[in-house]
Amino acid sequence: MTAAVRGASRTGTSRAGRTGSVTWMALPALVFFIAFGVLPLLGVLGLSFTRWDGIGAIHPAGFDSWRKVLVDPGLPHALYVTFLVMILSWLVQTPASILIGVFLASHARYRGVLAVLFFIPLLLSSAAIAVAYKALLDPNFGLGAGLQIGFLSQDWLGEDKLAVGVVVFIVSWQFIPFHSLIYQGAVRQIPRSMYEAAEIDGAGRIRQFWSVTLPQLKYTIVTSSTLMVVGSLTFFDLIFVLTAGGPGDATRVLALDMYKTGFQANLMGPASAIAVILVLVAFALAIILRRIGGGGAADSQLEGA
Amino acid sequence: MDPITTSRRTFLGITLAAGAGVGLAACGGTSGPQSSGTGGAGAATGSTSYWYLTGPPGEGIRTNTVKRFNAANPKTQIKGTTFQNDAYKTKVKTAIGAGQAPTIIWGWGGGGLKSYVDANQVEDLTDWFAQNSAVKDRLFPSSFGAATVGGKIYAMPCETVQPIVLYYNKTAFEKVGAQPPQSWGDIMDLVPKFNAKGIAPFSLGGQSRWTNMMWLEFLFDRISGPGVFQAVFDGEKNAWSNPASIQALTEMQKLIKANGFIKGFSSITADSNADQALLYTGKAAMMLHGSWTYGSMATDGGDFVSGGNLGYMNFPTFDGGKGDPSDTVGNPGQYLSISSKATAAEKAIAKKFFATAVLSDAENKEWIAAGAIPVVNGTDSLLTGSKDEAWLKFLYGTSSGAKVFAQSWDQAMSPTAAEELLNNIAKLFQMSISPQQFADSMNKVIGT
Repeated sequence: MTAAVRGASRTGTSRAGRTGSVTWMALPALVFFIAFGVLPLLGVLGLSFTRWDGIGAIHPAGFDSWRKVLVDPGLPHALYVTFLVMILSWLVQTPASILIGVFLASHARYRGVLAVLFFIPLLLSSAAIAVAYKALLDPNFGLGAGLQIGFLSQDWLGEDKLAVGVVVFIVSWQFIPFHSLIYQGAVRQIPRSMYEAAEIDGAGRIRQFWSVTLPQLKYTIVTSSTLMVVGSLTFFDLIFVLTAGGPGDATRVLALDMYKTGFQANLMGPASAIAVILVLVAFALAIILRRIGGGGAADSQLEGA
Repeated sequence: MDPITTSRRTFLGITLAAGAGVGLAACGGTSGPQSSGTGGAGAATGSTSYWYLTGPPGEGIRTNTVKRFNAANPKTQIKGTTFQNDAYKTKVKTAIGAGQAPTIIWGWGGGGLKSYVDANQVEDLTDWFAQNSAVKDRLFPSSFGAATVGGKIYAMPCETVQPIVLYYNKTAFEKVGAQPPQSWGDIMDLVPKFNAKGIAPFSLGGQSRWTNMMWLEFLFDRISGPGVFQAVFDGEKNAWSNPASIQALTEMQKLIKANGFIKGFSSITADSNADQALLYTGKAAMMLHGSWTYGSMATDGGDFVSGGNLGYMNFPTFDGGKGDPSDTVGNPGQYLSISSKATAAEKAIAKKFFATAVLSDAENKEWIAAGAIPVVNGTDSLLTGSKDEAWLKFLYGTSSGAKVFAQSWDQAMSPTAAEELLNNIAKLFQMSISPQQFADSMNKVIGT
């Protein structure tokens, strides 16, 4: 008994020493997070209860901004567009990234060459991509008009549905390489012994993909989806340059709505309220995705194989 | 034991470093603007800042004016920074709000200027103009309207008078065998003729939104005169629901429905000059645009302008409309204000710049050479013999002969109302709202 207690207390202190050191190693990051994340966020929360045109004095205004934002039909519309882009781009990106990741995970040399080529979009800035696509898709001077290809000379950015489609396409084109990279790494972590066992059981390559690869990628899918979903809330630069929220307000996502309200209409109060809503939505999504992942997204199944 | 002491020391070290980091960050937040304000102030260095727009031909002329001033005043330098048109609108507003405004603020006057005045961000120049009446008296009196807020002058009119003009491609009209429109009815008749030949009747950079607005400005004026918008501007309740307003909006949508504008107009931006390219490449027959595009079409359009293929006219009449056909809209001038946050030395340099360099004879000649009319009295005598004589005389005649020279709506209104207006105009042109819905949502922001 006493030996056990002593033993426990001894391991207790040594563990305290270890966790202590780990905790304060997070401090620099924490300080930065508080200075550049939490404090501005509190500032925005405070601003959402004021009236301010960004130039003059700040006047307290109670819930005026919130009332204005919540009754504005622009808010549900912006939320709808945001979720539409989020869901569509997830649906396009996830299967494509998994397939490409699995493909690239093999060690064949030609695949390495392909992988290098394939990651190029990841190196370009969103603004540059948007400018390039805008020029390519121009209905009068773009690719379709230049090559006289009927299918390509559509009013890509001038019709509501097409414009949303183009945004989803470009986002996917830009980020599939990144997510493929994640899946490539994850696939390489799957022990060969599992495939060998599957082969002995008579599973073909497709069966192996469904029964071994995909289940083993579960937590990677959760991680990658979290990045996609939360990341899609911040699509701003691409859409701003490409369509500026247009045509009409067809691609006016929440982030763009916030920017236009704040910096073009000079309504910093309502813009801050939209920003707070944006943060809450991102928060909720991150929590939901963590729940779906079973809480222990950091667990590894490797040893259980 | 040893590991613990070292880790404590490290802990302290890191806490200190982090504390310093926060301190630095705080400094960056609060003292940054001040230091840049006083640093630029530099009575010692004797320089002052000036932000203006890029794009030919204005950019080169603005830069030359600054260069001339700096050459004549080696001790008091002006440091110019350039921005693209639409980006500048946001940038300068943010900078003023953050206390980082340049000493000399370039702008469009009107509602934007009023928002600076309300926040006490720009210098009252009324007394300065009273003392320097020679500076004031050489400028177009009409240019001072948009520089005046509550009876006081807060900006110096500069650069050029810019009415909106209906341009047309003469070659395109020859292909169809038609004459330029004399009335709105003619416009509607021309639309199917051009479309049948595969030429878009009108070019339009609709993504920029204010490009669409120019159409409404003229339609409102030609149908009922300047009264309807004046009522909006004066904050009259439900002013957008005026039958004349609904009629103008309905006519607008009729033209859009008839494919009056180039395919894909809502994704074309004016900043890239793609709308002008459509006109000079003959893909579109006509374009309603500011007079400033003449210079860029002459530069970019090959021999389009020099070969005499560009036609221009004031906006045609509306059959049975009450508006005066001489009326025009656009920019009665551009405006230079002085930041009230600048130091006395900086303000002195800025005023010297206004009095001696802005719209100097040399600058005026450059504007005229670029096909524009500076807001200075008596330049009509300089127009004869210049290479764009016919255009310049038309421009001078339109500007000085206009019964009403209205300021562009988005510049005249407060930024808040202007943004709402542009949003609704974009939706109107996308046909996603009806004229009645347009009026209803615009009525809500009257008086803001």
